[in-house]
Amino acid sequence: MPPIARRLVDALVLLWLVTSLTFLLIHLAPGDPAALLIAPSASADDVQRQRALLGLDAPLPLQYARWIGGVLRGDLGDSLVRSQPVLRIIGDAFPISLFLGGISLLISFVVGTALGMFQALRASRLADTTLTVLTTAAYAAPSFWLALALVVLATSGAAWLGLPGWLRLPAFGMYDPAASPDARRVADLLRHAVLPLLVLSVPGVAGVARYARQSLRDAADAPHVQTAMARGIPRGMAERRYILRNALTPLVVLAGLTLPGIIAGSVFVEQVFAWPGLGRTMVGAIAGRDYPVVLGLTLVYAAVVIGSNLAADVLLLRLDPRRRIR
Amino acid sequence: MPSSLRSLMPRDLRVKASLAVLIAMAGAALCVPLLASTPSTAIGDVLATRLVPPFSTDRLGHWHLLGTDAFGRDVFVRLWSAARVSLGVGLAGSLLGGTLGVALGAIAGWYGGWFDRLIGAVSDAMLAIPRLVLLLVIASLWGPGVESVVTVLALTGWMSIMRLVRAEVQGVAVLPYVEGARALGVASPRLLRAHVLPNALTSARVAMTLGVGNAMLLESGLSFLGLGVQPPAASWGNMIAGGREWLLVAPWIALSPGVLLVMTVVACTVLGDGLRLSRGASRTASRSPSPAA
Repeated sequence: MPPIARRLVDALVLLWLVTSLTFLLIHLAPGDPAALLIAPSASADDVQRQRALLGLDAPLPLQYARWIGGVLRGDLGDSLVRSQPVLRIIGDAFPISLFLGGISLLISFVVGTALGMFQALRASRLADTTLTVLTTAAYAAPSFWLALALVVLATSGAAWLGLPGWLRLPAFGMYDPAASPDARRVADLLRHAVLPLLVLSVPGVAGVARYARQSLRDAADAPHVQTAMARGIPRGMAERRYILRNALTPLVVLAGLTLPGIIAGSVFVEQVFAWPGLGRTMVGAIAGRDYPVVLGLTLVYAAVVIGSNLAADVLLLRLDPRRRIR
Repeated sequence: MPSSLRSLMPRDLRVKASLAVLIAMAGAALCVPLLASTPSTAIGDVLATRLVPPFSTDRLGHWHLLGTDAFGRDVFVRLWSAARVSLGVGLAGSLLGGTLGVALGAIAGWYGGWFDRLIGAVSDAMLAIPRLVLLLVIASLWGPGVESVVTVLALTGWMSIMRLVRAEVQGVAVLPYVEGARALGVASPRLLRAHVLPNALTSARVAMTLGVGNAMLLESGLSFLGLGVQPPAASWGNMIAGGREWLLVAPWIALSPGVLLVMTVVACTVLGDGLRLSRGASRTASRSPSPAA
């Protein structure tokens, strides 16, 4: 079986395992699954009807089969709180998280790699140590705290420093409700996006920079690089051809692997900055005991992670010919 | 490599420094709440003592290093009471998860077979869900509270350690001294415990050290969202959450727990990195590990 097809099959099997896991979770939880899946405000008759509709009295294997069948059809149940299909709620929130997460991933990769490169190849000892301290601290900072700290800086701090109005960044929400629509809206959206993107990207940049630094250092120490330099190949060319090319491969994979971190970060960032993405929906669903949405979101998150791992795997196969032999 | 000797010194210094920081924090967490004049959860005359800025005195004449919160509680003392919970939960969660991971990894790596495949499948499925999401889902199903957080941290943290130990056990199991011991008639459980595991645990120890910092961050996140440690019990996470509504009026309430949290996690990270590098150097120095007595 060609390696890409094999990876695809593995990913699908994993997706099935995760779906089974979410089914198990809801049924292993203390209490009656009916209490979790039927709205608490339902009358006794409604509860009976819902039980029959959801098949909660059926034997467990049958319920499992129905769950899998539903997932394959795209039917993840209905929200208890908003009386909308779960898939629609997820579909509304997904583009927002994609916007924040995607741009953040790009920033993390580009800035992080540049930083790591600078540290490994060009920086003085002092600069390298300082940057290492900073990246370690940035990686250790909880994103919700960082978000709050930046809000203080951007609002009270900016006011205290006497910065002009246009330089002070708005702290919460996606749009200014009073702003006019159309073109002005896009600029307004971008202004509102600066702080969330900053908070989301900082741990990503720090993580990629740390890894890039180590990876580039290892690549630079390799014997073939020393040979190339000894033979008189100019430094820039040696760096590009021999160091970067070899260090780039694991970096691309790492960029893909930072995605779960960005997803986790987005939960807090969306909560603090009040952006209605997947993370905020998740927190709201948990607070409102809206378990169909919680489970549906878990599945979507897992699908995103599995998908990005698959993409990283496929990319790795294309970039590193040595891996094509299995 | 000549550079290994030179670079061993700074690494050792980092391990010592980060260990010193962590011990100092643990010490402060134990002592400061004991030495405080009032317990950190006590609420006295709220109107006279609330929202006092750092380095100032309240209307009753008490001086506060980091000010007071909305209920008039001294933030500095509360920080160290919260430190007990946050440090404790991080340590317990990581240790518990690590122990579970070591046990499962050792059995899976040694015996193989259906158990290995089953554990592998479960761990892959759990790793596919981002850890925070998994934590949120389980915490929401099982309810909030300190014990719940520790259990949930352990349940979501065993997977990577299991994989590490499994790989190491498989590597050590084919070494000649293990074969020799088996030929001498040593039974499997004792083989595992006395001969294989002691040499297979190096990377697991590093992972557990790094895991403490990660567990603390996750606990603070859970508490921030209201699913972890419940007020009035203090944790760095729920202190940040409590300070959120006063962010523009009294930012010190929300910001000071984060500084301590960053310091602790950085210390754990540096310690873990230092341990990993020093183990790595000594491993290349001696090619084959020696059997434990």
